[in-house]
Amino acid sequence: MNIKVALAGNPNSGKTTLFNALTGSNQFVGNWPGVTVEKKEGKVKKNPDITVVDLPGIYSLSPYTLEEVVARKYLVEEKPDAILNLVDGTNLERNLYLTTQLTELGIPVVIAINMMDVVRKSGDKIDIEKLSIHMGCPIVEISALKETGLDEAVEQVKRVAAKGRKIPQHNFSGEVEHALAHIEEAVVHELPDEEQRWYAVKLFERDGRVIEKLSLNSDIISHIEKDIIHVEEEYDDDSESIIINERYNYIARCLADCYKKKNKNGLTPSDKIDRVLTNRFLALPIFAVVIFFIYYISVSTVGTWMTDFMNDGVFGEGFTLFGKDFLGIPVIIEQLLVRLNCAPWLRSLILDGIVGGVGSVLGFVPQIFVLFFFLAFLEGCGYMSRIAFVLDKLFRKFGLSGKSFIPMLVGTGCSVPGIMASRTIESDRDRKMAVITTSFIPCSAKIPVIGLIAGALFGKAAWVAPSAYFIGITAVMVSGLMLKKTAAFSGAEAPFVMELPPYHLPPMRNVLRSMWERGWSFVKKAGTVILLSMVILWFLQSFGFENGRLVMTEDINKSVLSFIGNLFAWMFRPLGFGNWQSVVATLTGLIAKENVVSTFGVLLGNSEVSEAGNEIWQAMRGIFTPVSGYSFLVFNLLCAPCVAAMGAIRREMNSLKWSAFAIIYQCVFAYAVSLMVYQFGSLFTGNADIIGVIAAAAVLGYMLFLLVRPAKTKK
Amino acid sequence: MTLKDIRVGHRAKVIKVRGEGAIRRRIMDMGITKGVEIYVRRVAPLGDPMEIFVRGYELSLRKADADMVEVEATK
Repeated sequence: MNIKVALAGNPNSGKTTLFNALTGSNQFVGNWPGVTVEKKEGKVKKNPDITVVDLPGIYSLSPYTLEEVVARKYLVEEKPDAILNLVDGTNLERNLYLTTQLTELGIPVVIAINMMDVVRKSGDKIDIEKLSIHMGCPIVEISALKETGLDEAVEQVKRVAAKGRKIPQHNFSGEVEHALAHIEEAVVHELPDEEQRWYAVKLFERDGRVIEKLSLNSDIISHIEKDIIHVEEEYDDDSESIIINERYNYIARCLADCYKKKNKNGLTPSDKIDRVLTNRFLALPIFAVVIFFIYYISVSTVGTWMTDFMNDGVFGEGFTLFGKDFLGIPVIIEQLLVRLNCAPWLRSLILDGIVGGVGSVLGFVPQIFVLFFFLAFLEGCGYMSRIAFVLDKLFRKFGLSGKSFIPMLVGTGCSVPGIMASRTIESDRDRKMAVITTSFIPCSAKIPVIGLIAGALFGKAAWVAPSAYFIGITAVMVSGLMLKKTAAFSGAEAPFVMELPPYHLPPMRNVLRSMWERGWSFVKKAGTVILLSMVILWFLQSFGFENGRLVMTEDINKSVLSFIGNLFAWMFRPLGFGNWQSVVATLTGLIAKENVVSTFGVLLGNSEVSEAGNEIWQAMRGIFTPVSGYSFLVFNLLCAPCVAAMGAIRREMNSLKWSAFAIIYQCVFAYAVSLMVYQFGSLFTGNADIIGVIAAAAVLGYMLFLLVRPAKTKK
Repeated sequence: MTLKDIRVGHRAKVIKVRGEGAIRRRIMDMGITKGVEIYVRRVAPLGDPMEIFVRGYELSLRKADADMVEVEATK
């Protein structure tokens, strides 16, 4: 018999560990339809006919948060054969709150109490048999970490699934049950017996989604409304709160009967750790040290060594490992292609387009893996929620969450892992905001561009580089403030009511698995969207029109890309760099930002340039003034990031619409800022163009308006 | 008096949760309901949010949200 079982439980209850222990490597990771919430499915190791669906970690089945809506939609509409409800034994009261909602659905439930070893160690006693009677479903003691009790849990799931659906028991006090019975009778009596209670409770709570789904007419609504108001007057509270209170009261009564706590109010080890880590004076310095350490390892040292090794070694000339010399992949492929007598255009496509392009992206993979290792560890041990706790006040002002700091910081190394690090932010709205703004922070590939402009046009002035970071950070803040006020973002102000889970050492296999899953999803992207974009850019760069025919050309001046550059150059005249070279350099910058420098090298007649392009400084002065050069720099810092980072945006948004919005927003924002830089800069240096200044002033005024206007709200 | 006014190291009993919609539901879902006792553990270094101990676990919430929770001081 094929059984589908939904794994449900609170966040931090050990659900991931249990899911991994049950299914091993037999997993399929995807997304719930239409949302960015991750969906995992797997087959039980010893029972491949049982499929486990891992629901998002949730506290309740309310209609408000994305995760809860996804979970309850699945439970109500897909009707799994059973629910395995994981409950943290060290935190029964709040964990059982979800249980009271799950047992209401009519789907057979098995409760697995996790961390019983910790409960026993503390001297507390839980009478499992009594609790099982109270909750109306079998209870199994397990340890997800030590993998004990799992077989029994699976057996119980099989048993309850075979018995089929059951009518939920009634746990609430007299008046409430009375009203629920009325609602069942009046509205949902045509539904199967076991489903009636769930709908009755939701109608009592005036749950908008359920009322909409049942499409009730106004007669019935006003009929049951009388019952609801009667109870509300009786309890002097609204119906939603009454149900919540009833649930917690019921749990309190159950626990009074079957839970014996040994010592009250002793400081747990976790409290002691928090006395230091979230201490008034030490919290921020400790946080700085932790972040510096992670940054140092994953961006400055180990990560960079490995990325250099990949870019210059594996995807470059070659490398030496354990005293042996190896050839780089491009060298090997080139030799192969020469031996096969491959046509030059195909050779160039494979080497420059595919291998070169994908190689430059895959070079980031080691760095991403190192970073994701640390992030998974920080999340697993409980420190990530403390980061949010400590930084919330600062970041909230700009419509960001405390956890947004991590993407920004990582983004100074490379936007790709930075954008992907936004995954640790639970709130959908905060995560989108972080994805949109992370690439404003100058990444390491933008440093050569900064160096080129500073060297060529500002005599290596020391203020240019810091100003680039200043502009990046300001762009993040201004964007946060402006976007926060748009209808799309302001509607769902994310509540910051967050559990601070006890600290614990996360199991290494969980950390490694999380690192692998996130890292691998990037590699897959590199193989698809990024590959395609690279091939298109290669084509535009390597082909051109000669004598009216499309032929391959070595001369970038004759390429399709330069044709496009000429076509669009006028658009950038208001920004001060309406020359085709700048446009082409910006376009090749999409492959990788450091390409901007080498492209100028080629276009200004010096094909071999050093990193900051010292050779072409003189020629740069021919096409740029300091003001237009700075405007060009600002545009390249803020506009759409490289293809790899755009791939990461697409991956994290998981929506074409939102990805397009992010990239268009970045480009428009970059255009607006550069316009102001150039026009006001020209005014300051005495070369003002009156129409331009008016336009820039209008843009500035509009931005100020967006910053200070009252927030739009949904409905 | 609301939860926001309770000083670090003090306890209070919940009388009512005000407000409406998602945030109120979230606060109550997390166990802050009528009659429950809350211990204020600490306040974040920048003065907001606060950390409380309720129903056997640690919860953090912003002061603006804590202001929705009507309480009376105990002990």
